[in-house]
Amino acid sequence: MIAAPSPSVATLRKEFGEAIERHVVSCGDTIVYASRERVHDVLAWLKETPGEDYSYLTDITAVDYRDPERALEVVWQIRAIDRPADMRVKVAIPTGEPLEVPTVWDLWRGANWLEREVFDMFGVLFIGHPDLRRILMWETYAEGFPLRKSFPLRGHFSRSEQTRQALAGQPESHYSLEELSIADEYQNLPADVRERLKQGKRGFVE
Amino acid sequence: MSTRTVDVALGTSGLDARGRPITVPLGVQLQDTGEFEVPGHFDEAFGAEHMLINIGPQHPATHGVLRLVLELDGETVRRCIPHIGYLHSGFEKLGEYRQYNQIVPLTDRTDYLSPMANNVCLAMAVEKLMDLQITERCTVLRVIACEMSRIISHLVWLGTTGIDLGAFTPFLWAFQERERIYDLQEAWTGARLTTSLTRVGGLMADIPDGWEAGLRDFCNTFPKTLAEIDSMFTKNSIWCGRTQGVGAINAEDAINSSLTGPMLRASGVPFDMRKDRPYLGYETYDFDVPVGEHGDIYDRYLVRMEEMRQATRILEQALARLKPGPINVDDPRVILPPKSRAMSDMEAMIFHFKQVMEGVKPPAGEAYLGIENPKGELGYYFVSDGTAKPVRWRIRPPSFLNLSALPRLCEGALLSDVIAINASVDIVMGEIDR
Amino acid sequence: MGLSEIEPGAAGSPVVSAVSPNFMTTSLDFLANWARTGSLWPMPFGTACCAIEFMATAASRYDISRFGMERMSFSPRQADVLICAGRLPFKLAPVIRRVWDQMPQPKWSISMGACASSGGIFDNYAMVQGIDTIIPVDVYVPGCPPRPEGLLYGVMLLMKKIRGESFTDDFLRREQTIGANGLYLPPDRIDELSEPFGNSVSQTRST
Repeated sequence: MIAAPSPSVATLRKEFGEAIERHVVSCGDTIVYASRERVHDVLAWLKETPGEDYSYLTDITAVDYRDPERALEVVWQIRAIDRPADMRVKVAIPTGEPLEVPTVWDLWRGANWLEREVFDMFGVLFIGHPDLRRILMWETYAEGFPLRKSFPLRGHFSRSEQTRQALAGQPESHYSLEELSIADEYQNLPADVRERLKQGKRGFVE
Repeated sequence: MSTRTVDVALGTSGLDARGRPITVPLGVQLQDTGEFEVPGHFDEAFGAEHMLINIGPQHPATHGVLRLVLELDGETVRRCIPHIGYLHSGFEKLGEYRQYNQIVPLTDRTDYLSPMANNVCLAMAVEKLMDLQITERCTVLRVIACEMSRIISHLVWLGTTGIDLGAFTPFLWAFQERERIYDLQEAWTGARLTTSLTRVGGLMADIPDGWEAGLRDFCNTFPKTLAEIDSMFTKNSIWCGRTQGVGAINAEDAINSSLTGPMLRASGVPFDMRKDRPYLGYETYDFDVPVGEHGDIYDRYLVRMEEMRQATRILEQALARLKPGPINVDDPRVILPPKSRAMSDMEAMIFHFKQVMEGVKPPAGEAYLGIENPKGELGYYFVSDGTAKPVRWRIRPPSFLNLSALPRLCEGALLSDVIAINASVDIVMGEIDR
Repeated sequence: MGLSEIEPGAAGSPVVSAVSPNFMTTSLDFLANWARTGSLWPMPFGTACCAIEFMATAASRYDISRFGMERMSFSPRQADVLICAGRLPFKLAPVIRRVWDQMPQPKWSISMGACASSGGIFDNYAMVQGIDTIIPVDVYVPGCPPRPEGLLYGVMLLMKKIRGESFTDDFLRREQTIGANGLYLPPDRIDELSEPFGNSVSQTRST
C-alpha cells in the first residue's frame, strides 16, 4: 500500500498555506482537510491549475461519526482524467457549527444532484446551489435527515404515522416550485393549496 | 456533426442569501393586497402556453420508478425535470448496522442487473481497507464474474431499449442469452440474481465441475446471437433515424457532468477504470475499449455492443489462465476455517467464533474503490473505526450521475426522443436511489 | 347488516349476501371465473430486482403468456391483477395506492417477493413493511427474488382462488378505500404488521 501522499499536497500547501489544515494518507488514498472558507478556492485551484487538472468530480458525500464530539465531514472526491491522480478533500464541521459549505456546482455540473443528496441525507446546506431540495425523500419529509447518527434506523415516527404521512402527500409536494410555475398545473391545485401557496407557504405536513 | 451544449437553467433558486431554503411564493406580489399573482408561462411568438407532462413513476418505459416532468412546447421539450427517490431503500444506513460480510447481500440489490460485479467491488473495497492480497485463482474468478455481469447488464439494456424504440424480438433473444448466464450463476452461487458471490478475502464457493465447459460453450455461441441482434439494429434505417444525432453531449460537458462508463466513452473520452486505474490484473488482459465520437444514442449503442464482444474476449482469456488453487486468502481472522477443523482444533474454533459473532474487523481508516461496472464507475467508500460495522458506507452510483445529465440531453428534443435518450442512459433505479 | 353501515377503511367486515348459491349461480360463476382466470392481464408494478425476474418470467423460457397473462397492461384501467414486483419505499406508497384505486373491479393483487410481502431485508425508515398495509393482497409469493417457477405458482394459486369466487358474494368486489384517518388499515394493525421479526429484531445495533 502506498504511504506517500500525492504530489498535489505539497503544491496545495504552497498555494494555500494555512487553509490546508492537515493531510492524511489512508489505504493509499490522499486526503486533504481544508478550511470551510477556502475549500471552494482549493477545489477550483485543483481543477483549473495546469499540472493539477483534476477535471473530473467523482463524488461528494458526508461522514457523520459515531462519536458525537467528532466533527461531521463533507467529502469531495476528485480525479484527473489524463493521469492516475485521485484526491479527497474534506471539510470538518465541528459539532455546534452551522452545517453549511459552499457549492461546487459552478465548477462541476455533476455536483448538482450529489449536493442535493448530501442535503437530503445529512442536512448540509450548500450555499449558492441553484435548487437545493430533497432528492431521495419526498420534499416535505418531516422525520429529519436519515444518515445522521442521531437518526434511528427505523425512523422517529411509528410505522402507521410514517404510512399516514406517505399517503397524505400534499399535491404541491409532488411538484417542485419550478414545475408549478409552468402554466396549467396551478389551476388544477385545490383551493386551499392555492391559498397556502399565495401566502408563501411551501406546504409542510402538519 | 453539431452538438448543442445547453446551460440548464434550474428555475427558482429557493434559497435566501444565507442559502437556506425559503418559502418562495409563486409569482408576482401585488402591492395592495400583498397576495401573489401567478403568471402563465407564455410563448411570445405564438401566444401558446406550455404543457406540463408527467411520465412515471409507474411507466413501462422509464426503466424503473423514475418520474420525469416535462415542460412541452407542442412536441418539443423545453425543460425536463427528473424526480428520483421512489426506490430509496436506505442501503447506506442499513450498511452501518451490518458486518462487512453481511453487506454483500445488500450489494446484490443496488444494481440488480449486474449483481456479481457489485459483490466484487465490495470485497475489493474492504480488502483495500485491510490491505489484503487475494489469491490468484480468486482474482481470475472475479474477473470472470465482472465480465459475465457486464454481458448480462448490457443485454438487459439492449432488450429494453429495443422495446422502447419499438423492436420487441431482440428483447426475447437477449433474455434467452441471459438465461444461460443465469444458469451459470445459479450453478456457482445457488441464486440466479441475488448472487452474494464474494466474501472479504475470497469467494463464497469455488466453481463446480463442468462449469468451465458451460462458460466456454457460452463464449463460443454468444457472438452469433450478438451478430443477429446487430444485424437487426446497426444498419436499420429506423434505428439509425431514431438514434443518430439524438441526445448528444460533447466530451468536455461529459467530463464536467461527471458522466461515467459507456456514456462518457461514447462522447469521445477514452476513460475506462480497467485501463486507467487497473484492478484485478486487467492490465494483463488483451482487450480493447470502444470509444465513440458523437456522444449520441447511436454511439452509446455501438459502444455497448462492442463492450459485450470485448467481454467475451476477456472471458476466454480468463478461462485459459484459470489454474487450480485456493480461492480464499489464508488468514483465519478473515476467512472462516473449514468446519472439520473448527470442530476439532481449539484455535480454529476460536477464530470461527470471533468471525461469526463479531465479524471481520478492518483497521480504522477509510478507502474508496471504484471499478468499471457495466453502467460506469461504481465506487464504494468505506470509513472504518476499527469495529466490525462500518461508520459510513457510501455507494457512488454511476447511473445517478449519468441520469443527472438527462435534463440537458433532453432539452430541445421531441417527446419520443426523451424516451430514447432515457433508455440510452442505461439506468437502474436500485442504484440511483439506494 | 347492509353495505351502508360499513365504514370505508374498515377492512375486515363481512357481508352476508342476499342471494344464496344455486345451480344457475354456480354455473355462471364457473363461466365467469373460467373467463377471468384464462386471461388475467397483469399490471406489472415493477420496482426492483423482482421486476427483472418478472421480466424473465415473461420472456421465452418461462413464458407467462401460457397462463393467459399475454398482455402486460401498464395502464391500470385495463388490468386485472396488480403484481407488485419489488420493494416499496414510503415515497412510492401513494403511487401504488393510486394505481390500485384506478384499477376497475374485478381486481386482484399479487405481492411478489419478500420486500413487497413484508419489507424484506429492508427494516428501516424508508421501506413500507409489506404492501398489505397499503393495498389488499390476494397472493404472497415469497423469495428474494422468487424464481420464475415460484411466481408462476403464485399465479396459479391466484387462479385457484378466483375459481372459488362467486358473484353472489358482494364482499369480494367491494372497494377497500382509504379511510378518514388517511390509512387503509387501522394504525395499530399497521404497527403490528410492521413489527420487526426474526433476525430484524436484533439487527438494529450499529456497534
